[in-house]
This record gives sequence, C-alpha cells and structure tokens, in this order.
Amino acid sequence: MQTDVLVIGSGAAGMYAAIGAARAGARVVLVDRSLIGRGGATVMAQMTVAAALGEEAPDHWEHHLADTLKAGRGLCDPALSRLLCEDAPECIREMDRWGVGWARNEKHIRQVQAPGHDRPRCVYVDFVNTGPAVSKILRAQLNRIPEIRRVGELVVTDLAVQDGICVGAHAVHVISGELLSLNAKATIIATGGLTRLYQRNSASINMGGDGYALALRAGAELVDMEFVQFFPIGHLAPRLVGMDPIMWDPFRYKLGGKLLNAEMREFLNEDGRYVSVRDHATHAILEEVAAGRGTPHGGAWLSFRHCSEAELRSAFGPIIDRLAGNGIDLTRQAIEVAPIAHYHMGGIRADTDMQTSVPHLFAAGEAVGGANGANRLSGNAITEAFTFGRRAGLRAAALAAKTAIPSMRQEPETGPSRGGPVSGINPAAEIARLQGGMNRDVGPRRTRAGLERTLEHITGLAVECAELPAPRAGLDPEWLDLHDLRNMRLVAECIAQAALAREESRGAHQRQDFPETSEGWQKHQGVRLACDGVRLES
Amino acid sequence: MPGSAGRFELHEVPFEPGQTVLDALRWIRIHHDPSLAIRFSCINANACKECMINVDGKTAYACTTRLTEDEMALEPLPNKSLIRDLVTEIAPPDERLATDR
Repeated sequence: MQTDVLVIGSGAAGMYAAIGAARAGARVVLVDRSLIGRGGATVMAQMTVAAALGEEAPDHWEHHLADTLKAGRGLCDPALSRLLCEDAPECIREMDRWGVGWARNEKHIRQVQAPGHDRPRCVYVDFVNTGPAVSKILRAQLNRIPEIRRVGELVVTDLAVQDGICVGAHAVHVISGELLSLNAKATIIATGGLTRLYQRNSASINMGGDGYALALRAGAELVDMEFVQFFPIGHLAPRLVGMDPIMWDPFRYKLGGKLLNAEMREFLNEDGRYVSVRDHATHAILEEVAAGRGTPHGGAWLSFRHCSEAELRSAFGPIIDRLAGNGIDLTRQAIEVAPIAHYHMGGIRADTDMQTSVPHLFAAGEAVGGANGANRLSGNAITEAFTFGRRAGLRAAALAAKTAIPSMRQEPETGPSRGGPVSGINPAAEIARLQGGMNRDVGPRRTRAGLERTLEHITGLAVECAELPAPRAGLDPEWLDLHDLRNMRLVAECIAQAALAREESRGAHQRQDFPETSEGWQKHQGVRLACDGVRLES
Repeated sequence: MPGSAGRFELHEVPFEPGQTVLDALRWIRIHHDPSLAIRFSCINANACKECMINVDGKTAYACTTRLTEDEMALEPLPNKSLIRDLVTEIAPPDERLATDR
C-alpha cells in the first residue's frame, strides 16, 4: 500500500492529523490496531478540554500558557506548550462548527474552572460525553474526505527506515495474520500514551506505549519518560461498570465534593472546592494511605452527600440512573477513589512542526513529550491532540508534496518473520505481572530499591521479547499479546531507567528517598535505543 | 472457527460479586487459555462498544454484564461473520483491509 501520509492511530490526534493532511492536499492512509476512532484514549475522555475562548470570562491564550507552564513544574518545552495554548481556540471553534455540541447556556459556550486554571477555561459535552462526542464528530469528518483511506485492525509492528529516513511502516492485519508494507512519504505516530503499563489505569488496552517503542526502534529520541501522570481520584470502590474510572472529575467541577480520609476529614485544604492540581492531590491521597488513614480499599472517600437528589439530577441526568444501576446513591454514600495511571507527559521528542529526530517521521498528541512538563494541567490532553494533530497533518502533507514516493525494499527489513511457535511464555500472564510491578514500584511513589527490583524484572523479560515472530494464523491472540509485551517491556524500561536516574522529586515523579525538588535537575532526560539497550542522555 | 460447527468449552472462574463477563474472559486468558480470542478495547467503560457478544442467548456487552454464580453461555454474535472464538467481524466494511484492494 502506498500513500503520501501515513497516520498511525485514530484517536483525536490521528483523526485531526488525517483531516489536516488531506486538507493540505495529501492522500492519507489512517490505520488503527482497533476499530477506527473507537479504541484510543479520546473516546474514553469524560472530562474537559481547555482553551482560552473567553466565552465565560475574558481570557487570552497567554494566560492559559502561564497556567500550563506553572503546572509543569519548570519542565515544559515552552514552544510546544505555546502551540497547544495558542492554537486551542481555533480547534475548539472548528469542532463547534462541525457540531460536537459543547455544553452551552443561552448565550455562549460554557466553560468551567478546572484545578490549576486561573479562570473558567474548560469546555465539555454533557452528560459526561466529551470523548465519545469528539470521536464521533471527527469520524464523521473523516468519512467525508475521499482522500483518506481508513484501515482498522492493523497493527504496525515497526517503522520502515531506509538510509536514516522513515519511509513508512510494516504491519500485520490482525484478522487475517497477513503481513504488509505501508509505503509513505511521511509518517505520523499518533498512538497515544502508555497507561496500560500500569495495573490500575484509565485507558484502553491499546495504550501500551506502541508509538514510543516504534520511535525508539526507528532511532528517534524520547524525552521525560519518567513523568507518568496519575489521576488522583480514579474510581476505586464499590465496583462500577460501564463508566470510565475518571468520571468523578466532571462531578467535582460541577458539584465540588469533599475528598476525605478514613477519619472523614478533608486533608487537602479544599473546603469542598475542586482546586488541587493532579500531582499534589495524588501524593496527598497516597500520604494519607501510607499514614494508615486510607479507606478500606486503600484510597480516599469522595462525598457528594451535601448535594440533593435534584441537584445531582440537574447536573448529571441519566448518569445518576447509571450509578443507581451500580448500586450507588450519592445522597447516601461516599465512594472510594485512588490515583490511577492516566496520561504520559513524556514521549517522542518533536519540534513545533511535530517533526521527530528521524527525517519524515512526525508525532502528534499524547505520543509527543514535553508540552506538559512534569505535571499536566487538567483539560490539556484533548487540546494537545487537536492542536498537535492538526499541525502534524499540515507539516507532513507539506513535506510529502516535495518528496518522491520512496522506494521500499520488498522484504521487510525489521518486520516479523513467518512461522514457529509464538513463545515459550504466556504473554497475557506476563503482561499482568509487568503491570503489577510497574504499579507497585514505578508509579507515583518511587524508591531506588523498588525501581531496581522492577528494572530487574523488566530486563529479565528481554530475551523472551527479543524477536517478534509472525502470527501463526488469522487472529492469533497470543501473538498480539507477545507483540504488546515486547513494546510494553521496552517502554517500561525507559520509564524505570529515567526514574532511577532522576534523584529528586518533581511533579508526577516522586522519590521517597529524594523528596526535595533540586534546581540542578531542572532539565530533561532523553532516551535512545543503542545496540546494547536503552540509553539515557541528559 | 469459521465454517465449523460451534462447540462450547467449560471454564471455571473464581466468582467475586460485582465482576463482569469481560473480567472472567480476561482471567481465563491469563490463567487457562491465552489463545482464547476476544475483542475489547476500553476494558470497563462501555465506550468502545467492541465487546458485544451473545450472553445466554441475548446480545450484550461483556464489559457491563455482571457475572453470575451459575453457568453462563457465551457465544459469538450470531448475525455477524465469525472470525474466531468470540470474535466476529464488526468493523465497518469500508474500514476493512479486504475491501481496500
């Protein structure tokens, strides 16, 4: 298959990139390992999107930028942060014209004030429907553009790099097991983050860090890999099905809510308001748990018992019934919440053209590292997907326009080879073990001993993951698990190595053995793959 | 397998109140049979809508159907073409590889 621009991943960043590239005149192939526009993180986003629209109160993107940089704890790449904030209003208004349905009152688009923002800046779609609405509208736009070919159920196993230039990718069609080559003048990685590396996560199974592994093996540089954001108030108990575990965020920005420890005392000095940024709230909850003041399942209580049934219904309508179906009545009971892996601040190093360190390879959305520093501000993830996706699409199309279709050697150079048993291990079980270790030792509370313990486990898996054979047949779940384990293992090693080297605490990276923020560490760590493994560069 | 007559396999899973059919299927893949093919992406949020199967004769999402202590019969969707085990072809036709060439 040949194209001008290949886009890998169909969340908001990938879909916006495809639309952006097609608008700039490129032929586009948009691939996803799952179904198009359904499997990434976007569809699950039940929260807000930040943009300085000035609808609710006067605003300017510079104010948004100031808040983003402040939350990033001195580690934002200011040029990327600026792109995110400056282009945000245009993308939000474009989505509005496409009919996404941002919540409105009679006069204007509603904007709420999420933690860390200096004014109401975050738009959303009722009820708790931001992500699904965004995905649906972008899918509808894609479908109208004949220059975009959409192919789902296609796993990209490696990028194709010839003479140091990215010329496309090697892929496996999951359903048939067929190997194929995608030959492209420019390629955009829009595969999202890595939250699946953790046992407790708020994302889909596609978020195993595929894009980071692809970029590393292609020779690209990653940055800030130690900064994994845990969303502080992820649902913990009682068991809730049919809802994203981050759903309490919209409840808090509409209704306040009280975060309480086992003594039913507020420990964040919020006084019923939703104001604590994510790194602070995450560490405060875990401190309470460590001090023996956690809830029965090891988190904090979140209470909306001050709200009447009428208030709850007016704010969340049908969601209240869905909670009732789960046996939850917020007027009578508090629920348990605890930090949950949610987003990755680090990622592929890219400039403001979204160009990576490998020529003709671009990145977009959460896959890009740097815009959010050591701690992401609420509402910046979907904004990042829109703005970086659109920019990547435009720039990739412009590069493709002056590039001849590269010749691609027919035999995949680094693609999987056919035949043989998948592996001597049960990769599904190994993934679960890896997730357990990452959650315990490489999550929000880190120590040298813990990091070293999990690193040993991670490197011990390297032999099993060295080579990826081809699937034995159509739809080979063990092959897919081994593929995922191989990428997850490599990316886990990057996080653990970077976290071990950074002997300080900053934002999402908290070392129990180095609790202070150190001025000398106000710098980035790059990660590359050398012939002998993962190598840090600072 | 496509074309062959269907058969049931019996799996026993530990029961924990509140758990879902998808939880049980994932448990089976880790503990009994890693080759069991199932389709899902968002795990628990009912956002991706990919885990639709037949549970005790009725179409249901595996991620929101609670596990019961009795035997439950899980089958692929009857009105979609079977790919393997519980996985059927649910991708929109114009997003499949086959129609692409």
